[in-house]
Amino acid sequence: MKLKPEDINRIAEKMHAATNLRDGSGSARIIVHMGTCGIASGARPIMKAFMDELNASGREDILFTTSGCAGLCSHEPMATIERKGETPIKYVELTPEKVHEIFENHVINGNIVTEYALGKGSERMA
Amino acid sequence: MEDLSLHILDVVENSIRAGADKIQVILNEDRSNKTLTVLIKDNGCGMDEKIVEEVIDPFYSTKEGKDFGFGISLLAQAAENTEGWLTVESELGKGTEVKALFHSDHIDMKPVGDMELTMDLLKMSHREIDFIYETGE
Repeated sequence: MKLKPEDINRIAEKMHAATNLRDGSGSARIIVHMGTCGIASGARPIMKAFMDELNASGREDILFTTSGCAGLCSHEPMATIERKGETPIKYVELTPEKVHEIFENHVINGNIVTEYALGKGSERMA
Repeated sequence: MEDLSLHILDVVENSIRAGADKIQVILNEDRSNKTLTVLIKDNGCGMDEKIVEEVIDPFYSTKEGKDFGFGISLLAQAAENTEGWLTVESELGKGTEVKALFHSDHIDMKPVGDMELTMDLLKMSHREIDFIYETGE
């Protein structure tokens, strides 16, 4: 089955109600890194997983967008979660299962999933 | 990249970064000549001649602090692997057109992949941009 342009418009209109991107009034923002390195290591299924979580939640105040390569290609697929007034967190080596946990815990409830975050742990001194 | 829909997702990200608000993706299949052409056309900021010459070089990028950019070069390689080609035409202030031709019966032809998912996700994550997707024969 081929998708017609009007089908895409219809889907997009439906999604618009849920994503509320245009007015920028969100309480949180999900940014999936979509550089060449990200896409090659599986950013598209990650993006879809976040979209599915977002749609299922029915939350209209969470924004969703993409960005490029963050210079940490070996840690892709990556996403950054920003909650209003809180420190943005970069998550690395994502899978759709991790996306589910991150969405539930961090995006919705504000609890950072440190296990999947880029930086944690103290520095070893010589 | 496993399939063309991922290459296209990648190259369209360039158009987004170029500030385009209208991006066309056209896939044209010629069954008698067994070719597939992919056209990605945007109305973004465009590039001058010098940049256009270098854009297929993987060790070139316009991004600050970044000396390489594989998006276009990987799509070019995918096309060339089927004995096809890729061209980039651009005009400063008007936009850019990336065109690739694939020989679809070549053993190294990649599958087209899930174009619907690529276009859906682009639309959903960049509401401000008008994405047009067309297929023809």
